[in-house]
Amino acid sequence: MNLFAQDLLNGPFGLLAALAIGGAFGFWLERAGFGSSRKLTAIFYLQDFAVLKVMFTAMATAAVSLAALAGLGAVDLGALFVPPTAVWPQLAGGALFGIGFVAGGWCPGTAAVGVASGKGDALVFLVGAGAGSLAFAALEPRLRGFLHGGEQPVCSLPESIGLGALPGAVVLLVIAVAASLAATRVERLVARRNP
Amino acid sequence: MQSERPYWNPYVAGVGLGLTLVLAYVVLGTGLGASGGIARLAAGTAHGVAPAAVEHNTYLAAWFADGSAVRHYLVAMLAGTLAGGFLSALAAGRVRPGVERGPRSGIVLRLACALLGGAVAGLGARFAQGCTSGLALSGGALLQVGSFVFTGATFAAAFAFAPLVRKEWR
Repeated sequence: MNLFAQDLLNGPFGLLAALAIGGAFGFWLERAGFGSSRKLTAIFYLQDFAVLKVMFTAMATAAVSLAALAGLGAVDLGALFVPPTAVWPQLAGGALFGIGFVAGGWCPGTAAVGVASGKGDALVFLVGAGAGSLAFAALEPRLRGFLHGGEQPVCSLPESIGLGALPGAVVLLVIAVAASLAATRVERLVARRNP
Repeated sequence: MQSERPYWNPYVAGVGLGLTLVLAYVVLGTGLGASGGIARLAAGTAHGVAPAAVEHNTYLAAWFADGSAVRHYLVAMLAGTLAGGFLSALAAGRVRPGVERGPRSGIVLRLACALLGGAVAGLGARFAQGCTSGLALSGGALLQVGSFVFTGATFAAAFAFAPLVRKEWR
């Protein structure tokens, strides 16, 4: 039984476990080069697709592993916290987030790694992100209908089209491999054009 | 000065990150997250300055139900992310104080964009109930529709907006 299902996430052991897993998270982000805002934003100028490759690889690795573990009965997918689906606020939020990402140079997790690498722009980004969160809190009472209308607590794409979790994860893996190969070709084309 | 080591292969880093996410789901029962920890730190700070205003806000008040908004696993995870990033950067000779920007950008332009960009991203993350970690990556690994919608919108908007801030980076 996981800590979320036992309501122990915010207890001493939960906090310690989250600290340790956060440590591994920060380590891998930094190893990938995501402590650099110029590397993170290079994808938007078609020069370095590491963001796409790392994200797709991580997502496919975790999707296939979790579906396989669930198939073996080692993980109960129904006992996990799943981020809810709310299409319109997530479209709007994603659009805002994307603009903030390319203008600010970071997303929240990578900005933490940027601060750890000594980047002043990462610290300023995080101050901005904190302020943006408080601005949202001030607006939230007037937005509630928009934010939660049509919200679904769990909405798996493969299951909504009659596909199981493991076949769905394998499809994601195939898409990840194809996208990464295509990205490498674009990188080479762009490098040849701007030597 | 110690020279920087090269970054690791993106597929190696991706597998490491993916297995970290699996560990998070198995042990914690939830995925990775970052924006929630930042929002809680901001709420905790605001509460120190203006406790009444924060407690009267219905969105933030729920975070103080147990007394403290920051005694929360997402804040612990954020502290871990900072520590893990620091150890990795230190070992690779990549801890370099400075403001990162393109050759045509001044420090003031870069920091102004970082502040405004951070604010817009922070606002967007709360609209969507997550960021690249909690919604795009963690929900994407569970193949959630909302995660794919958010990821698509994020990258479409970033590509569309990129030409306007080209001077900042290239």
